[in-house]
Amino acid sequence: MPDVAYLQPRDVADAVRLCRETPDARPLAGGTDLMVMLHAGTVRPRALVNLWSLRELKGIRRADGGVEIGAGEPYSGIIASPLVGEHCPALVAASRTIGAAQIQNRGTLGGNLANASPAGDTLPVLLAADAVVVTDRRTIPVAEFFIGYRKTALGTGEIIVAVRLPAGARGVRFRKVGTRAAQAISKVVLAVNRDPARIALGSVAEVPLRARGAEAALARGDVEGAVAALASDIRPIDDVRSTADYRRAVAQNVLEDLLDASPRR
Amino acid sequence: MRFILNGSRVSLDVSSSRRLLDVLREDLRLTGTKEGCGEGECGACSVLIDGEVVNSCLVAAGQVDGCSVVTVEGLALPDGKLSPLQQAFIERGAAQCGICTPGMLLAAHALLEQNPRPSEDEVRVGLAGNLCRCTGYTKIIDAVLACRT
Repeated sequence: MPDVAYLQPRDVADAVRLCRETPDARPLAGGTDLMVMLHAGTVRPRALVNLWSLRELKGIRRADGGVEIGAGEPYSGIIASPLVGEHCPALVAASRTIGAAQIQNRGTLGGNLANASPAGDTLPVLLAADAVVVTDRRTIPVAEFFIGYRKTALGTGEIIVAVRLPAGARGVRFRKVGTRAAQAISKVVLAVNRDPARIALGSVAEVPLRARGAEAALARGDVEGAVAALASDIRPIDDVRSTADYRRAVAQNVLEDLLDASPRR
Repeated sequence: MRFILNGSRVSLDVSSSRRLLDVLREDLRLTGTKEGCGEGECGACSVLIDGEVVNSCLVAAGQVDGCSVVTVEGLALPDGKLSPLQQAFIERGAAQCGICTPGMLLAAHALLEQNPRPSEDEVRVGLAGNLCRCTGYTKIIDAVLACRT
């Protein structure tokens, strides 16, 4: 790996300045994605801007009837937080499925968002919860955050500061389907909310996405219609982890199950 | 960069964007920390940072500036005797080829520090980030359970 400069900002404002002024700088949080890509040479930034030690990015607090989670708060902090457990148990459930202790101690919501993997396990939960991404300069609804394969709405040097979950996040339910319980990258991830009707998925398209057709049916109270519509809302592919056909079938089964619509077989 | 390594102060002049794993093994010659997958899947490179188990292949060296790092070389008791956990690994046959052992010990150590009386399920969850291709895990879990206090 060619030598990459390492910059330590004092605070978020300093980090924004460093990211703007340094050509090809990448913010680094827990490193669970970026350090792998650096070592493999699939990304070649000229500088890393370390966000991990910034206190402004840590912490979990109440906000507007919901909860606000610092972008640099690790999953282990989310799992241990009674506040998140109360306001969005699905996010706790999703965080528990990410890697294991080593990854949960370093991986962050800000990193999961910025990395924008279609398989990011928390991302469907954030979509189903109508979460809002707070950056150093504005707020972005998560529904508008993923604009293409691993592309986000973030501008140059824009840094994610926190994620806000509104009061309705409490009703979100979550399921991950992978090869094994720990250390698995998902084949399908699904999060649903009844009210408002939200159905969001990961690993079934080039971005984490909301299933708009299925949501429209669910909003009408048509659960069977939602399950049927899901098949054309998603665009899964065959890859090393699964096949398109399997993903479509499992996504429909899991949705049926999460909406508790299936007759007991 | 400065940090505490296995209880002693360390001051190093290295590129801070390098992996902590490489700095430990190559610069500090602490080769007890192993590299398995290099992508955070296998846990062979597990170390403790401020008491929390992490994969040192995913940490930039500069990120431990001011922190306390413990590797397998730091697990033995001050008088040089093996820790009860290390002793239990030997007595229960929890090590075979040995590549996963340092990481297993550190993950188990962190678990027992946080939860001195884990259930078998809690041990399995606590060690879920450490892959072993020899033992089938049973002996490892037995060894950790034997160290409950």
